[in-house]
Amino acid sequence: MEPGTEAGAGSAVFQTRGLTKTYDQGEVQVHALRGVDLDLYGGELVVMLGASGSGKSTLLNILGGLDVPSSGEVRYRDIDLSAAGDRELTRYRREHVGFVFQFYNLIPSLTARENVAAVTEIASHPMSPEEALELVGLKSRIDHFPAQLSGGEQQRVAIARAIAKRPEVLLCDEPTGALDSATGVLVLEALEKANRETGTTTVIITHNASIGGMGDRVITLSDGNISGERRNERRQDPRTLSW
Amino acid sequence: MAAKGLNTVLNTKLRRELWQMRGQVLAIALVIAGGVGVCVMSLVNYSSLLATRAQYYDQHQFADVFAPVKRAPRHALKELGSLPAIARYEGRVEGAAKLEMPGFADPVSARLVSIPPEGQPEVNRLFISQGRLPGAGRSQEVAVIGSFAEAHELVLGDQFEAIINGRRQELTITGIVESPEFIYVIPPGGMLPDYRRYGVLWMNREALESAMDMRGAFNSLVVTLRPGHSVASVVDALDRLLARYGATGAFGRDDQFSHRFLSDELNQLKTMATVFPLIFMSVAMFLLNVVIGRLISTQRDIVAVLKAFGYSNRQIAWHYSKLVIVIAVIGLLAGLALGLWLGRSLGELYMDYYRFPGLLFRIDPLWLLLLGILTIEVAWLGAWRAIRQAASLPPAEAMRPEGPARYRVTVMEKLLSGIRFSQPSRMIVRQLSRRPVRTLLSMSGVAMATAIVMVGNFQFDSVSLMVHTQFARVQQQDLAATFIDPVNSTALYGLQRQAGIRYVEGRRSVPARLVAGHREWRSAVTGIPSDARLQFVIDSDLKPVTLPREGLLLTDYLADELGVGPGDVLQLELLEGDRRTVMVPVAGITSEFLGVGAYMDLDALNRALGDGPLINQAMINLDPDKASEVYNSLRETPGVLGLSIRQAMLDSFYDTLARTFLTFTFFNSLMGGIIAFGVVYNTIRISLAEKGRELASLRVLGYTHNEVAHILLGEVALLLLLGIPLGWLIGQGLALMIVTAMQTELYRVPLTITTQTLGMSALVVVVSAIASGVIAWWRLKALDLVAVLKTRE
Repeated sequence: MEPGTEAGAGSAVFQTRGLTKTYDQGEVQVHALRGVDLDLYGGELVVMLGASGSGKSTLLNILGGLDVPSSGEVRYRDIDLSAAGDRELTRYRREHVGFVFQFYNLIPSLTARENVAAVTEIASHPMSPEEALELVGLKSRIDHFPAQLSGGEQQRVAIARAIAKRPEVLLCDEPTGALDSATGVLVLEALEKANRETGTTTVIITHNASIGGMGDRVITLSDGNISGERRNERRQDPRTLSW
Repeated sequence: MAAKGLNTVLNTKLRRELWQMRGQVLAIALVIAGGVGVCVMSLVNYSSLLATRAQYYDQHQFADVFAPVKRAPRHALKELGSLPAIARYEGRVEGAAKLEMPGFADPVSARLVSIPPEGQPEVNRLFISQGRLPGAGRSQEVAVIGSFAEAHELVLGDQFEAIINGRRQELTITGIVESPEFIYVIPPGGMLPDYRRYGVLWMNREALESAMDMRGAFNSLVVTLRPGHSVASVVDALDRLLARYGATGAFGRDDQFSHRFLSDELNQLKTMATVFPLIFMSVAMFLLNVVIGRLISTQRDIVAVLKAFGYSNRQIAWHYSKLVIVIAVIGLLAGLALGLWLGRSLGELYMDYYRFPGLLFRIDPLWLLLLGILTIEVAWLGAWRAIRQAASLPPAEAMRPEGPARYRVTVMEKLLSGIRFSQPSRMIVRQLSRRPVRTLLSMSGVAMATAIVMVGNFQFDSVSLMVHTQFARVQQQDLAATFIDPVNSTALYGLQRQAGIRYVEGRRSVPARLVAGHREWRSAVTGIPSDARLQFVIDSDLKPVTLPREGLLLTDYLADELGVGPGDVLQLELLEGDRRTVMVPVAGITSEFLGVGAYMDLDALNRALGDGPLINQAMINLDPDKASEVYNSLRETPGVLGLSIRQAMLDSFYDTLARTFLTFTFFNSLMGGIIAFGVVYNTIRISLAEKGRELASLRVLGYTHNEVAHILLGEVALLLLLGIPLGWLIGQGLALMIVTAMQTELYRVPLTITTQTLGMSALVVVVSAIASGVIAWWRLKALDLVAVLKTRE
């Protein structure tokens, strides 16, 4: 069996086969992904580790429908993402995916509640913004604008925004990258709790190896390939993590 | 050496940034070009026409004083030589003729002016554009004015019949000429030029003397003055000298019809040279302020680095100033080219209109220089706030990114809490209210664009209303016949019996001088019968006013000029018959759009003149089927000086107006469109730059392209929604200003703005907004989602 395609608890949500991505950067061709085979299963929390340039963000972007592969196949359940156009990808993101970014990407002109509402308004069966914010422990800051929140709080609003529409997958790109260790832990707790309570398949990509302990599975990428994979016996409580 | 090298690097930066922002640079430069263009065009026209007219007057010895008389013997001219103020003089015979133009059934009349046997007169010399002047002793030869020749496609050698003083005569064209006296030609009793039905003809003096029974006499004296002598003293001297020959009062150039009209027109050009550029430049200033402000705020770190390297505040300020200056210069150059081009083509149009022998293309380079300096200055002032901000930024602070934007729940939202805003709508409202000044300015920009288009269009409605009022309410006759000399009103019975004439009534128009204290005005008093059915005097609500038994009704314009109101007593010098002076009370003020007049009851006027029931005009209603028979018979009637047909007058007017209007509308719409495009395009581009990240985030979260475009374009839609009505208001104000500035003796354009004008102005603005919206929509499509997410705000 290929690394990364090991049978897990549920059925495969994502399936990639021979995924490659090359960018033309002027004269040089950058091979961001060189044939990745990967299965992700329902409800699992996967931590994807890799140095900068390892291709982990490219992989996440393709899984999230922000980018399309140069070759190979990527399926989300029965949707072929590699063959989808802009319209289908938008619908896919809208209906199935929650995103959390390194720099939060909140709308500065909207309050925490409204930022979450921006997503719930276009979702088919979302939780209420209040409920989502409560889940990340920010009920008390609900009417604050992003500029009035700390970095960690902003990231938790971003998580609330991502999970409020009850997505089937939650994709997090360096969610703690811009935060200090203590604040980062709070954010990871929120993610772990969301995964546990909503059963959303969660992928966290990070260059920070110490986060690996909180996942069901840890997949390591280097140079555009999966170079290692390990399954944790037990998910480590984020509170015990530090870096 | 090193400093120079670094400086070149900054210039390279400048060049690349200008190229990067080329869309915005172009949009701003266009607005500047619009302002400069209108300004240059008006200046070019103004100075060219002024110089052309001056040269024309000078070379052709245009008279300084005009003195009409009933009949003076030619030997009276000798006495003029003794007046030191007079440089040249010419005693002429003037008359009127009814013409029969081959292939043209309508009545045509002409003014006849004599030229001396030796050819060119001393005063009011003719410009001969084709052929030659009528020769001495050739009584059938005639020179015609160019406008008339053109309207009838006359060529040298063409012949037509004229009825002069009741006698039919065959005339042959020997020359086509222009005269400084008739740059602008309007038929007597008419309001507007009508080149097909009215012309000016020059004939040999002997021929005209005998045709008019004026042998050895003259009835029109024109003189030029030596430098340094006043017009008023010569007017007085001539009045004294000619009083016994039935002088009707000499007048200076300022009262000469053609000259006065041209002066009014030139003044209007001056207004245009200031108002429009002002609007354009203020919009350009605002755009520069916003665009440069935005650029500098994105370049905070660059400013910091430059300062850390040792660049002085002054150098930084100069660097960004250069950016502004380059944009201003692009606009300036484009505007100059546009203005000169427009000025030249409009000049040609004026040439057709005024019939100068040649157009002097003039513009004072000093004005252009001044305009250039002013443009750059104004542009720089517009960006000054942003430049100063960059220059005074402490380097350490500049290194840090700008603090996060502060948003708050707006008052408006609280007021509208009943409405459930979608989050994108909320974003629009908050974005606009976060920068209230910018929003206000963008709105004003849209408003200005709307106003400019409105200003271009309302004039058509206003002029239409003016003409409609004149012909539907004031003058309801189909045909007006003017008599050479006053006739007894019983003559009307004879007319009434003629086949084809349904109804006829008389009126009498007498040249008069109205004097109130030290103010005076040369005009005519019109006597209208008390039971008039075809001619009315109207008040400011356009309702007919009943004529008082005694006293004068004055046009409001005239009452203002004389500084009198109802109840005041005027000195009325009647310039006909035995030239009586009577004191008459002002009985009321009327409101007329065309002409300046004083009205009296016909009987009262005749009593004042010591005359019986005399009239000199007949207002006629016709059976339309028999119109041409009536024209023919009146043409043959001795004593009838001329005929004017209402419908023909209207048709020729609308014809001219429609053409002018189309040009004007197109031009103004273009200007308005440029401003709207400049404002909207820049608003969208800046908004896109500021919100690109948010919009990309929303796209990632699953918003579709159109949903995201809604946020960007919704902002513009809101600006239009607020700006256009504001523009309507401003346009109304501007229109009022223009209408006031355009008030002349000839006409006062009423202010009227139709829904069509409002709609048209909104349409032009919306269309240009859509054009820039489409560009933004495509740009949004190209938004790199992944890249945006990877960067910190």
